[in-house]
Amino acid sequence: MRPSTKGQAGVSRRTVLKGAAAAIAGFPAIVSAQPVTLRYLGTAVNQSKEIAQKVKADLGLVIEYIPVTTDEVAKRIITQPNSFDVVDAEYFQLRKLIPSGNLLGMDARRIKYADKITPVFTKGQVAGKTIGDQGTAPKKVFYLEGPTSTKFAAAPTPWITLIPTVYNADTLGIRPDLIKRPIGSWAELLNSEFKGKASILNIPSIGIMDAAMVVESLGAHKYRDKGNMTRAELDFTIKTLIEAKKAGQFRAFWKDFNESVNLMASGEVVIQSMWSPAVTKVRSMGVPCIYQPLKEGYRAWAAGFGLPKTLTGKKLDAGYEFINWFLSGWAGAFLNRQGYYSAVLETAKANMEPYEWAYWMEGKPAEKDIKAPDGTLLEKAGTVRDGGSYEARMGAVACWNAVMDENDYMVRKWNEFIAA
Amino acid sequence: MERVHRRLSRLIAPAAAPYWQVAPLAGVLAVFFLLPLAITVVVSFWRYTEYSMIPALVGDNYVSVFAGCLAELPALCVTFKTYLSTLKFCVLVWLVTLVVGFTVAYFLAFHVRSLTWQTVLFLLCTIPFWTSNVIRMISWVPLLGRNGLVNTALVASGAVPAPLEWLLFSDFAVVLAFVHLYTMFMIVPIFNSMSRIDRALLEASRDAGASAWQTVWNVVVPLSKPGLVIGSIFVVTLVMGDYVTIGVMGGQQIASVGKIIQVELSYLQFPLAAANAVVLLGAVLAIICTMTRLVDLRREL
Repeated sequence: MRPSTKGQAGVSRRTVLKGAAAAIAGFPAIVSAQPVTLRYLGTAVNQSKEIAQKVKADLGLVIEYIPVTTDEVAKRIITQPNSFDVVDAEYFQLRKLIPSGNLLGMDARRIKYADKITPVFTKGQVAGKTIGDQGTAPKKVFYLEGPTSTKFAAAPTPWITLIPTVYNADTLGIRPDLIKRPIGSWAELLNSEFKGKASILNIPSIGIMDAAMVVESLGAHKYRDKGNMTRAELDFTIKTLIEAKKAGQFRAFWKDFNESVNLMASGEVVIQSMWSPAVTKVRSMGVPCIYQPLKEGYRAWAAGFGLPKTLTGKKLDAGYEFINWFLSGWAGAFLNRQGYYSAVLETAKANMEPYEWAYWMEGKPAEKDIKAPDGTLLEKAGTVRDGGSYEARMGAVACWNAVMDENDYMVRKWNEFIAA
Repeated sequence: MERVHRRLSRLIAPAAAPYWQVAPLAGVLAVFFLLPLAITVVVSFWRYTEYSMIPALVGDNYVSVFAGCLAELPALCVTFKTYLSTLKFCVLVWLVTLVVGFTVAYFLAFHVRSLTWQTVLFLLCTIPFWTSNVIRMISWVPLLGRNGLVNTALVASGAVPAPLEWLLFSDFAVVLAFVHLYTMFMIVPIFNSMSRIDRALLEASRDAGASAWQTVWNVVVPLSKPGLVIGSIFVVTLVMGDYVTIGVMGGQQIASVGKIIQVELSYLQFPLAAANAVVLLGAVLAIICTMTRLVDLRREL
């Protein structure tokens, strides 16, 4: 029995009677009327109020957000696996998370749209074309050997590690009004023309990948796998960064979303590693900013839902129910409208206006003004999305956020770079 | 009943009373300070992988903290370089806050006569603490930045031909922010010491023919010593452990011990972070010991 929303608005004679009946009938009736609460651990970026409200209305589930940083998500999964019911984690973290044995291999048969999930995750392909898989590409960590296994499966199995929520292709952000010429390569980040006006992000595992894109496009070194460097490669990459730092190339480094927005909007920095929503934020402040597509391609990332192994019974059912709802279109459309990509494209498309789909996913000029989910104006009619269509952007992915085998050494070298 | 009462009164007899009085604080410190500290020391000898900690008794973490420190001499390893940079900030900030703090406290204690005005001026000193740390630091960007207020004014007035880059994201900016934040911690203990100085001593000094400077140097400074030392301990420990200010004002380009520990924690290298924390604790304790050697706080108080 689902509690009717009408009944909650006011107490009528009927609801009082119902309540009395339930009380007489006994305990179980009351318990089943209690909505299940899911504690949703993740980063604040994906935890919108709108999604929680829609879930409450559609499924009667209460979503309780636990917003923490990306690093904190990993820490919680490993040290406090009982403190959440659903987790939104990043695929690259799985190499640390799965060996801890705290996440469940999700049963694909209980995921309604499992076979509709984009091949970016299942096969590493976009529109039939294989995309870059350096680093921790999702396809490498998508399947487990069994529901409680701690080993990744090489071939598809019915046991999925994370069900994708959002993913995107990252590149450099630039200030076209201050640079005044076209930028087309990652190498420009270390171009002395931008001395004292460049920035890179101070999150070691992501910063090192951006640095690798730069080193490779400078022609200084060709990596076997940018997402899994050898010690010698790390030494060389950090050496390049240290030389640039000593020469005064960098104005500052940033660690958090708002810092990157500030650096760019104030003009302290004209070229830097950036995240897509930060570019949107700078633009919405009236400052020109481009999320510049580069010829070497993008550094991609992806996040998804996981369930802790300790989840059982009604909570487990609710977890699957919530994930199925998430893939069914409304949430996908919501995320696509913010410039992210969603896991099941067909259902999201059905929930978007054709002109929205054409702008966000097909790279066509906007027919009408493009608005954010909250109604603020993002782009005027006629603009084209930076980087173009889904196929052009995701198809040009060069590498994925990663955890390296030499992770410890990488962190040590990165500290050396900061101290230099 | 009578017997219970007698036993109770024996328990709170004069001899036992001090122990009961310190018990609550001692309990809190034991549970929330000594215990975590002991755990940190223990964990610093453990081994770890990316997803687990393994109880052990190995010095690997300490070896890795000081990796290359001997081999790279005379060049400095990361740890030495980081400590040296943090110590440099300590000394600079300590000197500036000491001079500014002493001057302000002197003014408040000896020149402002009415208690009302002393209170009002003290409140003025706390204004920097009315907003959050992060907001306070982010607001430096529009002030000191390349296109900030200061640079715009300087360029417009013709004082400099091009905006000064070193105003923001530099050592200068870090010291400025620290001084702005921590001078208060110097003012309060110095003021406290100064307000206890018997005014008759100042008059005696003047009567004995001392100049104003001689009075400050020979009477006020020695009698304010406890305040100076307590303020110094506050400032030095705060600067040693800070990584947020150095991060934001240094544009994340300047290393600090706290930042290294934070990075290690975020990569789940708890034992390594614990080892770094123990080394930092040792360094801070060494500094405080030196300071208290210079002034015998117990005697002065």
